[in-house]
Amino acid sequence: MSNEFYRLTVNGKEHDVRDAWTGESLMYVLRERLGLPGTKGACEQGECGSCTVLMDGEAICSCLVMAATAIDAQIVTVEGLTSDPTHTAPTDVQQAFIDAGGVQCGFCTPGFVVAVHHLLDRNPQPTELEIKEAVSGNICRCTGYGRIFAAIELARDQRNTQPKQPGH
Amino acid sequence: MAQTTTTTSKRAERGTLGNSAVRPDGLAKVQGRFAFSSDAWADNMLWGATLRSPHPHARIISIDASAALAINGVATVITAADVPGQLTYGLIANDQPVFAKDVVRFAGEPIAAVAADHPETARRALDAIVVVYEVLPALLDAEQAINGSFAPIHPDGNVIRRQKVVRGDQDFVGEVVVEGTYEVGMQDQAFLGLEAALALPDDDGAGVELYVATQWLHEDQKQIAACLGLPLERVRLTLGGVGGAFGGREDISLQVHCCLLALATQRPIKMQYGREESFFGHIHRHPASMVMRHHADRDGTLRRVEVRAVFDGGAYASTSSAVLINAVTHMQGPYRCDIATVDGYAVRSNNPPCGAMRGFGVVQACFGHESQMDKLAAACGLSPVDIRLKNAMRTGDRLITGQIVDSVAPVERCIRETAAISMPPPLAQDADLLDIPGGSGLTAQRSNIRRGVGWGVSIKNLMYSEGFDDYATARCHLTDGVATLQFATAEVGQGFVVLAQQIARSVLGVDTVLLEPISTAIGSAGSTSASRQTWMSGGAVDGACRLVRERLFEHVAAAHQLDPLRLAIDGTDVVDTRGSLRVAVAEAAPGLVLDETFEHHHRATEELDEDGQGNCHVAFAFVAHRAVVDVDPDLGLVKVVQIATAQDVGRVLNPLAALGQVEGGIAQGLGLAVMEEIVLKDGVMRNPSFTDYLLPTSLDAPIVVATMIEEPEPQAPLGAKGIGEPPCISVTPAIVAAIRDATGKALTRVPVRAQDIVFGD
Amino acid sequence: MTVINATSVQEVVNALRDYPDARLIQGGTDMMVEVNLNRARVNDVISLRRVAELRRWHLEPDRALLRIGAGVPFAEMERAPLSLYAPALAQAARTVGSPQIRAAGSLGGNLGTCSPAGDGLPVLSALDAVVHLRSATTERDVSIHDFMVGVKKNLKRPDEVIVAATVPVLQGFSGYAKVGSRNAMVISAASACLVHDAIGGTIRLAFGAVAPTVVRARRAEAWLGEQSNLQGSLTVSPALAREFGQRAAEECSPIDDHRSTALYRRHAVAVLAERLLLRANEYLDSDSRGSHE
Repeated sequence: MSNEFYRLTVNGKEHDVRDAWTGESLMYVLRERLGLPGTKGACEQGECGSCTVLMDGEAICSCLVMAATAIDAQIVTVEGLTSDPTHTAPTDVQQAFIDAGGVQCGFCTPGFVVAVHHLLDRNPQPTELEIKEAVSGNICRCTGYGRIFAAIELARDQRNTQPKQPGH
Repeated sequence: MAQTTTTTSKRAERGTLGNSAVRPDGLAKVQGRFAFSSDAWADNMLWGATLRSPHPHARIISIDASAALAINGVATVITAADVPGQLTYGLIANDQPVFAKDVVRFAGEPIAAVAADHPETARRALDAIVVVYEVLPALLDAEQAINGSFAPIHPDGNVIRRQKVVRGDQDFVGEVVVEGTYEVGMQDQAFLGLEAALALPDDDGAGVELYVATQWLHEDQKQIAACLGLPLERVRLTLGGVGGAFGGREDISLQVHCCLLALATQRPIKMQYGREESFFGHIHRHPASMVMRHHADRDGTLRRVEVRAVFDGGAYASTSSAVLINAVTHMQGPYRCDIATVDGYAVRSNNPPCGAMRGFGVVQACFGHESQMDKLAAACGLSPVDIRLKNAMRTGDRLITGQIVDSVAPVERCIRETAAISMPPPLAQDADLLDIPGGSGLTAQRSNIRRGVGWGVSIKNLMYSEGFDDYATARCHLTDGVATLQFATAEVGQGFVVLAQQIARSVLGVDTVLLEPISTAIGSAGSTSASRQTWMSGGAVDGACRLVRERLFEHVAAAHQLDPLRLAIDGTDVVDTRGSLRVAVAEAAPGLVLDETFEHHHRATEELDEDGQGNCHVAFAFVAHRAVVDVDPDLGLVKVVQIATAQDVGRVLNPLAALGQVEGGIAQGLGLAVMEEIVLKDGVMRNPSFTDYLLPTSLDAPIVVATMIEEPEPQAPLGAKGIGEPPCISVTPAIVAAIRDATGKALTRVPVRAQDIVFGD
Repeated sequence: MTVINATSVQEVVNALRDYPDARLIQGGTDMMVEVNLNRARVNDVISLRRVAELRRWHLEPDRALLRIGAGVPFAEMERAPLSLYAPALAQAARTVGSPQIRAAGSLGGNLGTCSPAGDGLPVLSALDAVVHLRSATTERDVSIHDFMVGVKKNLKRPDEVIVAATVPVLQGFSGYAKVGSRNAMVISAASACLVHDAIGGTIRLAFGAVAPTVVRARRAEAWLGEQSNLQGSLTVSPALAREFGQRAAEECSPIDDHRSTALYRRHAVAVLAERLLLRANEYLDSDSRGSHE
């Protein structure tokens, strides 16, 4: 359908994209072409937050980004959040989701994890309402959000008592 | 893609039963490495896509796929003519076509499927298929299905099932009589992980392997094999990671299409619905209307319930008949009532098909009976709490079916412990706008808001009913202190995988519990539905582990010349309860391989007779909810502030997971109460998207304060009742009652819409 | 299908000249929905994401006018300093979709799509905004009232790009309110923006999602001016505010759809107009006491 060539920078690495259909969203390209299926799709219209990634530091819905327009952006996906060079240790936010019971089916989890990293990196001491507003674009159908709030508060409180962070 | 998951609990408490053991899939899920069915991928695979009818009822005159086949990259187009086996499938009745053949019966019904090299190619191919329809008048009104004024739209007729429940003096008139008509809208399961599967044809072309997100692998296998015309063993299923289910994956969706395309092309096929297609591709919660009359003594003692209930099943039967009997047999609620006159219908229409969703028929009944209990309370001058306490069911009471409730039935305790939970503080004068109904829309000031409180209490049956033996199978393997479990229990998010590990740790004294892939390589586990897997698959895992433990004890006993009955597990050791022997499980039998399989069956149940009498259910669970809401009556906007709940759980096996089930269920019940509804116009969905089908967000989530009532259930293998469904059942009427309390409006339908509050009576 | 990643407005208008069928994409929150849901087959696309000029805003030298680039994301409008100059816009911005959408969406998208439910549009209407358009050969300013033509129809020619919108920085209350059926991430069932120009002595009221385009309640505005002195602090009685709301609601033409009913929408805008006017009343009261934030 197209022989376009473009290059994306994802998790600090450059990726060539060839022979892609130009209508492909960033979410599709991440998942189907770049081998990064951690970014999930559940609505295709920015109403669920499952596909949240960081683009030039902003949390956005990757389903609404035409991949071929993201050519000069720094993109970070759930797979790229860890500062662990082996990419095996969870970040503080990821660990908090496990410890606080914020994970059930897990489909919304990567989007939440990215959104929460974005929140805590800008606002290390969010209030309860700031937390709720920050994740109001991330739908969870399993948990009713209670354990997710607990996870975010746990991550916040741990960051504020521990000077060094496993995540970034 | 299917991997054996490993975890060793690092926590001091070892992750045994009763602890908040960490889920084995948690790390992969938070890191985005967990393989959901939509992440499945194979070399050389093609993408499948489905063509669907735009009409609710039409005759298919012709299908011309030639233009689609001419598109570069399109491998095949298949229709009903390409189905080699049975042309229809279904969970109870075999009435739903794989592809519509001569007639379509709902808007969204599959007509054809394509396989292509890219999702966009597949979409273009669908657009290029020319279908000529003769549009027919559509049966959209359930009453027309009942009164026979519409010609049958299906060979099986327009009434899927009628079931009466008749008990006691049919001429009885109470001292106090209250009436009401109640409606429940069509709710969607809206699991986040969309339907997806990967089908791999066998090398000889005569079999297929399917990775799929489903609730019941073996039932899928049976239905798929029949449609493919293949023996069961040539259709092998492995569970792909499941992103939630809530009943919506109990029926076949894309399974048969995906396998047919794989067999037709002899290439791997990936199919994945988008959100819009998902609304068309799975069944929904039945919309229902109920006319109810409750009779009581002047002191509030409930004497008789009269109900006429109509459930619109849509075009195909799915589980409508089972949903209906759940509804009609729970119509009196968790209350003693000697006399019943219930007449229930599940009908066929040209609306979208309906079937299982969390709460399964009881959600609808509960909205009706709890609304009626509040009316009765008002008529008798009692509080909502007092009327419920007065009539609360106890162990030994009978249902309106005549069945004795021999389950633990702590209804009174559920109500009292819910009432004991502190009320939330009043809305502060300087409350943040996000805490006020309308939220960031800035529609209200504090002074516009009124608060209300409401109650709901429910009874829900556990497991399958009416004679169905929904057994569960599990296998346990133990060697050198490492246990491996195998089962076909669909892990849909509820956490059975961690529960299974907890059981093995408790029974066997091991720390490391490996899990085999969830697949049809072992016997059925039944469906992940009806709040049944903790009881059923939990019972199977427990049984298999106990068999292995017996063998281990026999081995240790023989080695030490002891009676094996003297041995027990203490922590991670085998100990002699009457002597000094203590040996670590891991070292108790070096190299010995123990491997046992166990099937757990619940006790037999009966079918209902013509009058709806019979012991049709296995067991019951109860819950009470108290809702506190803030309402802006002038704009009809609602914010649910707090839900207090006490739930009869038997025994808490994993506190964190249990709380997650309770909070999650409450959010779904809240959704039905105030926002979630599939809106139909002339049989066509108006809002098949997350833009217009609204789910509760983080800013809609109430504070949940939950008490778990632990009275172990003697019938249950682990003493624990299923906990999945009750949280979402009575919370809906509780919220509506709270809105009534705040506004004085009657509010007889859910979801309550802004205009109902503003303009309602 | 070609994607042009422009880096300047000049490149954009040149590309529009060279690719007459091209669609413009900024945040993608409208266009990618169409593409993802197979609603539109897009051919050539010009991306505005890298055009820095479109992402800037500034006060004109006399500080009486605020010019907001068409690509400034809603997230920036929510926050100071921009929120200080256009408080109603900040309130409207905070109701747009989710935080993720607000990081991507912009007034350019609202104007380009021209849905009557676009959250920024009632604010632009109440503020009598001017829309700046450019093509390879022309440059023109169009009143917001002329710009919006119908449901998803506007005056922009295919060769033009929306560059910015200019609004006055007013002394006095301005506020936005929006009704939807949940407490976050919702498309407006009805919305209203009310602006009080305390110097000019006018109240201006615009409604969203209750007519084919955003509408102004001009008759109610004029009526209120006859009933009450609108210069300086307002002294509007609750009864007057209620009648203002009811009169204003007569000026919309809502429809029934799956999100709401015409009857409810008309009622809701009356309530919103009444409440916004009372807020305006309150605002200058507290302002005169010197205790406003």
